[in-house]
Amino acid sequence: MTVIQNKDANPIAHLSKEDIAEIGRKLDAIRQEVADSRGEKDAAYIRRVIATQRYLEMASRGVLLFSKFPPAWILGTVGLSVSKILENMEIGHNVLHGQWDWMRDPKIHSSTWEWDNVTPSEAWKHSHNEVHHTYTNIVGKDNDLGYGIMRVDEDQKWYPMYIVQPAWNFINACFFQYGIAAYDLELGKNLKKPKDKRPEGFAEEVKKVKTKIRKHMTRDYVIHPGLSLVTGSALETMAANLVANWVRNMWTHSVIMCGHFPEGVETFEKEMLDEDESRGDWYIRQMLGSANISGSKAMHIMTGNLSHQIEHHLFPDLPSNRYAEIRVKVKALFEEYDLNYLERPLVPQVYSAWHKVFRLSLPNGFTETTTVKNLPKQLGLLTKMVTGDKRTRRALQAHLDAKVARKRAKVAKSDVTTAA
Amino acid sequence: MTATASEPIAPAPAAADVDPRANSGRKPRLRDRAVKLVEAATTPLMPADYMDLFAPLRPGAELRGRIISVTPETADAATIVIRPGADWAGHVPGQYVRVGIDVEGVRLWRAYSLTHGPRGDKNISITVKAVPDGVVSHHLVHRCPVGSLVHLEPAAGEFVMPDVNGGKYLMVTAGSGVTPVIGMLRNLFPVADSGVVSLDRSKNFDITVIHVAPSEPDSIFLRDLQALDAAGKIRLIARYDDTHGFLDVNDIPSMVPDVAERITLACGPGGLLDALGEHHARHGLPLIVEQFRTSRVEAGEGGTVVFEKSDVTLEIDGATTLLDAAEEAGMLMRSGCRMGLCMGCLVPLEEGTVRDLRNGDLTTAVPGESGAVKIQTCISSPAGPCRISK
Repeated sequence: MTVIQNKDANPIAHLSKEDIAEIGRKLDAIRQEVADSRGEKDAAYIRRVIATQRYLEMASRGVLLFSKFPPAWILGTVGLSVSKILENMEIGHNVLHGQWDWMRDPKIHSSTWEWDNVTPSEAWKHSHNEVHHTYTNIVGKDNDLGYGIMRVDEDQKWYPMYIVQPAWNFINACFFQYGIAAYDLELGKNLKKPKDKRPEGFAEEVKKVKTKIRKHMTRDYVIHPGLSLVTGSALETMAANLVANWVRNMWTHSVIMCGHFPEGVETFEKEMLDEDESRGDWYIRQMLGSANISGSKAMHIMTGNLSHQIEHHLFPDLPSNRYAEIRVKVKALFEEYDLNYLERPLVPQVYSAWHKVFRLSLPNGFTETTTVKNLPKQLGLLTKMVTGDKRTRRALQAHLDAKVARKRAKVAKSDVTTAA
Repeated sequence: MTATASEPIAPAPAAADVDPRANSGRKPRLRDRAVKLVEAATTPLMPADYMDLFAPLRPGAELRGRIISVTPETADAATIVIRPGADWAGHVPGQYVRVGIDVEGVRLWRAYSLTHGPRGDKNISITVKAVPDGVVSHHLVHRCPVGSLVHLEPAAGEFVMPDVNGGKYLMVTAGSGVTPVIGMLRNLFPVADSGVVSLDRSKNFDITVIHVAPSEPDSIFLRDLQALDAAGKIRLIARYDDTHGFLDVNDIPSMVPDVAERITLACGPGGLLDALGEHHARHGLPLIVEQFRTSRVEAGEGGTVVFEKSDVTLEIDGATTLLDAAEEAGMLMRSGCRMGLCMGCLVPLEEGTVRDLRNGDLTTAVPGESGAVKIQTCISSPAGPCRISK
């Protein structure tokens, strides 16, 4: 078996090799059933969403021409935000997964679609479809885990810079589309290298991103405000675009955080990707490495059906409008094999993800050993860990680990006493 | 070059000096700027993406058409009248049009003869016979929604009257091969409520039609041919397999004694056209042919795959993916997850059939019909000979 857990209870210890093979077969059958029944209704669905988004964008931008009047500003900004979210989530993300390639419509095809996002479709398809979806939740392989800027697992070594990761995460949320572009370029890693050591085509990719940024900035902050000059609404239009972009960034960041970050989502180690990872093993990794958001139909559409993250990770190329029906079957399979189907409403899920970000910004064992009484002492210890050198950190971490071990032993003992 | 030394040769302007809009005055330049401005407002989409919502048939749009009516001809054939987009450039009777239509959500392309000459109402028509297993033809004949949009390509084809002023012709048609011929005949001899109309421009035509069909009731357009025959506009020789037996091309001189004076136009199945070609070549007779359908590809196991752009041909067995085989042969292939998930390895299949190794699904590309179909090389294996644009 490939999945090693650092938890007390391995969530798949009860599954035999045959069970996992059987899960793989059953999921393949679900996939095939949906693939065979794709048709007119599904095609009509995506065309309807695309048309709705385009009408909504036009209408909102039209209303924003008069955004000097506060009600028009509010209406236009809300409309534009919703339109941008639809464009990114239910349309862009899913089209770029090839979910609608089967229609053979060259205009709604993964190979031709360009989205309203500063990261070019081509770059994103590589980092997301190929890297993230193949190596889901493998620490060190799947950079979506923390986007290379955050610590998302106890197994990742703690460094002082992680102390600011909640702030980092918030800033990333505000500028999410730029964060994604930087992430797709592996900007941090590549800029550190001397120019001649950077991967082939890096400069080219940077140029493409810059071009997109320029075009989008021109559209949102020059052209449309320019059109609003006539009614004296230029500044208001500019502000509306800024807010809409920000809302879209915050929303997509939140939805995406809910997919793999909440407490209870499993992460895996590189070694697990041994050469014999079977189809069933791969499916199990997707099942346990993703989390769903429960909610209304509107919620599912606004999240691009990434609220059905588990189903999406099992079948990333099936049309998004079918995930709701797939969910019923997948959930039954989780129950049949006694696996944890991680699904919560949006707010608890977002809270859970943020909680994890905060918790892991601190060294392992820190929160566990901190009480109101020892808080000043603990803060002193933390300061030393943040400012101290490698040796100090190691020593203090050992101290924390020992404290946690003692606490656990004590709890175990009292459990035994109570039981007796 | 034949310029003599005495002739001054004007120096060719350097490429950088040439402004393609230099001669077109100020207006186009203004328009170009306006277009650029609108594009800047709609990025990453094009202005056309928005205009398509309101006016899909406008000038400048991709070529589309709206289905105006569907009229049954026989139990399994119907004439479909389409209003083409503003940029439809017209056609010559006998030509065909490629129609892209969404069946069960999947866009499929087929070529159909235009069955009317250019019409007064600017509409075009095709007549479709529902063939066995024909996904598109069944859709068009039996459940095609009036008012829906179809995609079009400009009319094409060389199967047209060689001389618009007249001449002696023999037209040989079999099955749905009658459709382009009907297009030509209707153009020459329109039918009104009062019967066949005689036009001045048609009086120099002398046309004999040999029309072959499996049996009389199956014969679409028979009424039209019979009416033209009755009106003395053409000479019709109807041949039904069930009563006359299969047509032997060697019998044609006895059926049409002056065949040698006529230009033969033939449209029908490959077998008939081949026999006719051989016969006419033997006797040195002029022949113009049109064949609709390439013979159906039977899906097999493995096959010869031609990678066109790389100029590589590989024999690939039915268990090896295109990606693996191509890489094995030293080709640089784009690929990603190798599991069929990421669509990183899509390439256009120009012709042939491939099998999805995960579930056995077949995908077929027929040139002139489906157009190229994008396939994933990482999960596809050839099911017969294939041509790939890569």
